[in-house]
This record gives sequence, structure tokens and C-alpha cells, in this order.
Amino acid sequence: MVTALSRSSLWLVSLLIAVVACAAAVDTGFAIHMLIVALACIIGLIVTLRGVDLSKAILAPDQGRYDDDPIRWGVIATVFWGMAGFLAGLFIALQLALPVLNLGFEWTAFGRVRPLHTSAVIFAFGGNALIATSFYVVQRTCRARLAFPGLARFVFWGYQLFIVLAATGYLLGITQGKEYAEPEWYVDLWLTVVWVAYLAVFVGTLVKRKEPHIYVANWFYLSFIITVAMLHIVNNLNWPVSFVGSRSYPIFAGVQGALVQWWYGHNAVGFFLTAGFLAMMYYFVPKQAERPVFSYRLSIIHFWALIFLYIWAGPHHLHYTALPDWAQTLGMVFSVMLWMPSWGGMINGLMTLNGAWDKVRTDPIIRMMVMALAFYGMSTFEGPMMSIKSVNSLSHYTDWTIGHVHSGALGWNGMITFASIYYLVPRLWNQPRLYSLRMVNWHFWLATVGIVFYAASMWVAGITQGLMWREYGADGYLVNSFVETVAALKPMFFLRAFGGLLYLAGAVVMTVNVWRTILGHSRVEAPMRDAPYDPEKDRPVVAAAPAAA
Amino acid sequence: MSAHSTYDMLRHLADSWGLLLMTAIFVGLSAWPFRPGAKSLNREAATSIFKDENDG
Repeated sequence: MVTALSRSSLWLVSLLIAVVACAAAVDTGFAIHMLIVALACIIGLIVTLRGVDLSKAILAPDQGRYDDDPIRWGVIATVFWGMAGFLAGLFIALQLALPVLNLGFEWTAFGRVRPLHTSAVIFAFGGNALIATSFYVVQRTCRARLAFPGLARFVFWGYQLFIVLAATGYLLGITQGKEYAEPEWYVDLWLTVVWVAYLAVFVGTLVKRKEPHIYVANWFYLSFIITVAMLHIVNNLNWPVSFVGSRSYPIFAGVQGALVQWWYGHNAVGFFLTAGFLAMMYYFVPKQAERPVFSYRLSIIHFWALIFLYIWAGPHHLHYTALPDWAQTLGMVFSVMLWMPSWGGMINGLMTLNGAWDKVRTDPIIRMMVMALAFYGMSTFEGPMMSIKSVNSLSHYTDWTIGHVHSGALGWNGMITFASIYYLVPRLWNQPRLYSLRMVNWHFWLATVGIVFYAASMWVAGITQGLMWREYGADGYLVNSFVETVAALKPMFFLRAFGGLLYLAGAVVMTVNVWRTILGHSRVEAPMRDAPYDPEKDRPVVAAAPAAA
Repeated sequence: MSAHSTYDMLRHLADSWGLLLMTAIFVGLSAWPFRPGAKSLNREAATSIFKDENDG
């Protein structure tokens, strides 16, 4: 009872602080945000007062069982935020093709919905997938129950609050104006608290492991957690204008600020979207293929090479800017070198299927993993190529970049996440199998064809744009005005939106499949593959009767 | 020390001893799994994720 009382008072004090901050707020956005925080406190208070029994999971956990509750919530959150993020993406893709869809409100304008889309897919969809799978993998590979169960629950719910604050903030116009680091100072501080708790839960579980060796997937997860903490803190060194207001200004300015931002931005790709998802790859691909990873040594070289190279690649976002030339060249050289470990990792993942390639035909989950690795390979070839200065002078600021990002995000991050979800759902909800394997196959094809439409249209659009921008006439003047390049791209924008629609449709199929698996349904369907059988031909040959003479 | 000389010092450190040190650490870490006797440990680590299966 004492703990229930002290927890209720903690919620009450937080509620009070949020209400006071709301009343004292110097801008509407901050007031609305504090209202959301107050609402979260009220929900926490109600849950505490209704006497939800925490003793089992938190106070006296059964060390003989894995702690899967936060993982189940994380899987559901991944599917939910994925749908939200893909839908927002389709909406802004259509806005680019049909500007009338900006709807005339500031809250629905492209500039505000776009960060909502990027954060929803990267941090909400990807982040929840990373938290959920890391909690699953670290427990299974350490063969130990999650450490600090209360903190693990705080990580999950605290992260959801971060997502809600970030997303609502974008629509309200609260932003630092830094790509992928848009949330303002107080949301950044909150994420820092949540992230430190995440690190504590992860490292705590590693410390109590029963296996002598820490499996390589955990190296990738740990590097992702530590590096993201470092990047997040340094890139968000801001000073607020008011402690009850949403505006703040960065410590770094000018080209230093730009370099810090892209050091952050590129390593968000390198450690959030690459290292973390490679951790999934190094656990779920061998498990689904039922064979150990092709080369454990290669996985370790892959790991150290990524760690040592990625962190220097950021300056390739600032080619031909005020950044010193040597720093641009350094960014380019390290980006090109990154190609090697990336392909080493891709080969390691693909060769895990060596001797079991038939599974690509028979198991749609393996097929998804192979496609994810293929896109990992493609985008880690395209990326180094685009970081070369002469290529960058054509590709930078064009839609080619958007296409590149999406072949990585939809192809690599999306596909490996979907495959991991399909692996996890029957196991977490204790079902014999997925609701439908054929629906996984549908999801695979919808997503794959969607990505092809997306990437191909953006290549055409990007190169068209780049060539039109740099076209000079005989008189030495630029030939095309900006709006002419936009008009030229319009058909490509429709094709891109169509690709996004297919990808979203695939995700809808996944949502139904996951939902019905959780409900315990099994679809009656023909198996994916079967040896052919014809009863008509399954009989002995009888000698033909001799013809009448 | 002026801002420029700090920059200059760090820049030269970065492309000489700093670079050498980082390269040495990287080569050492990459070579570590190839040390004699590591082969069986690597195989053990790679198959450790299958211990929780009945037929493992």
C-alpha cells in the first residue's frame, strides 16, 4: 500500500507541475504540450489508484520466465505507428502532386506534416521496433530475465509520450528546424531521461547474463543506444528563451552548427537505422533460417568497421558549402570506405542461407529478410556513390536523395522490421502459427512493387531535376526557372504516391494478419508450396489391348 | 591559446597520431577474432542462439 500511495503522490506532484507550467506558459504550443503531460499524469494516476497489481511483474518478478509484456506492447506500438507514419507519408506525397491537399490550414501544410512523417516512421515505427526487439533479443541471447522491470515499463511509456509530444509539436509549429532533431528543448530533455533508462535496462540485462559470450546482435544494439545518446545530447545543446516556453536557440552557430547537425543526422542513419536494424538481422535471420550466421568473424569485422567509419561520414551532407574543403573530402572518403563493411554485412546475412536457399521460395518471412538485405546492399552502394563530390553536385537537393533514403528505409528498415514482427507475434502471444502465411506473401509483393515505383520515379525525378538546374544556354544564363523543373516532375510525383499507396496497402495486410494472429485465429488456406499430385495419373500402366485382326 | 592555434593543433593531431592510434585500435579489434584458438569460440558464439530450441 505504501508504494501505491507514494506512486500516486508522485503522479499528483507531476500533474501539479504540468498544470502550473501550462498556466504560466508564454506560448500556446507549450501550454498545449503541458496539457498533454498533465493528461498523461492523470492516466498514470488513475491506473495507480485502480490498483493495477504491479507486484508480480515489477516487485517480485519470476526469474525463470522472460519478461515479455513490454515487448508485446512494443510490437503493437510498432504496427500502430507504422500505419500512422506510412499514412502521413502518402498524404504528403499526394500534397506534392496535388498542392490543394495542403487544405489551407497551417497545421496541415506540407512543411509541418513532413517532419511528422519522418519522425513517425523513424522514431515511432523504427524506435519501437528497436526497443521491442532489443528487449526480446537481449533476454534470449543472455538467457536472463530483463533487468529493472519497472524501468523497462517506464522506457516504453516514456517513449510513447516523447512521440506524442514530438508529433503534436510539429503540427503546432514547434520545431528547432534541425532535420530529424525537430523536437524542442524540453522534449529533448525528456527523451534523454528515457534513453538513459533504456541504457540501464539493456546493460543491466547484459550484466546478469547466464551466457558467457555476449552475442554480436547485442553489440549492435548497445552501440546504437550509446551512440544515439551521444548524438542526441550534442546536437540538442540549446538554451531555452523561457523555461515555460517552447523556443530555444542552439549553442553552435553557422558552419559549426551545420556540421554538428549532419554529424548527428548521418549517424542517426548509421546507428539508429543501420546498427540497430543490423542487430535484428544478426538475430532474426539466423533464427528464421535455423542456421547460424555465415561467419561470426565477419560479423565482428562488420561491427568494428561500421563503428570506426560511420562516425566520420556526416560532412558529405555539406559538399560545396562553407565547410572546410578537407572536411568535405574526409566525409566523402569515409562514406566510400563504408561501402565495404556494408557489403560484408549484407553478404554475411545472405550467405547465412547457404544450403537453405529453397527457403526463399517456401518461406515468405525469409523472402522478406532476403529482400531487406538486398535493399541494404543497394542503398549502401548508392549512398557512397552519391557522397562522391562530382556525383553529389548533380544529386544534392534533388529527389534522388529522397529516393535513396526510401530505398533504405522502406526496403531495408521496413522489410527487416516486418519480418521480425512476423517472427515475434506467434511466439509472444503463444500461438502455433501466424494467421496467414499467404498474407505475408501479399505483403511482400505489395511492399516490393511499391518500393520499385518509389525508387524508380525518384531516380528519374532527381536526375531530371539536377540536369535542368545546371543547364546553361549559349548566352550563359540558366535555361530553366525553378517552377519549370517542378512542372517537369509532376508525373513522377504521382508515380511516387502510387508506390507509397502500395507500400501502405502491404502494411494494412500486415496489420490484419498480426491482429488476427493475436486473437488466435488461423486462416484456412492452401499451403505456400506442395509437391504436385494428380490422382488420375497415380495408377499402374496397363498394356493396351491388341487391335482386332 | 588562440582559437585558430587550437584548431590547428587538433587538426594536425587528427591527421597524424590520432589517425594512427585509431587505425591501430581498429586493426587490433578486427584481428582479435582471428587469433589462434578462436575458431571454436566463434562457432560456439554463432550457435549459442539455438540453445533455447528443443531440437537444437
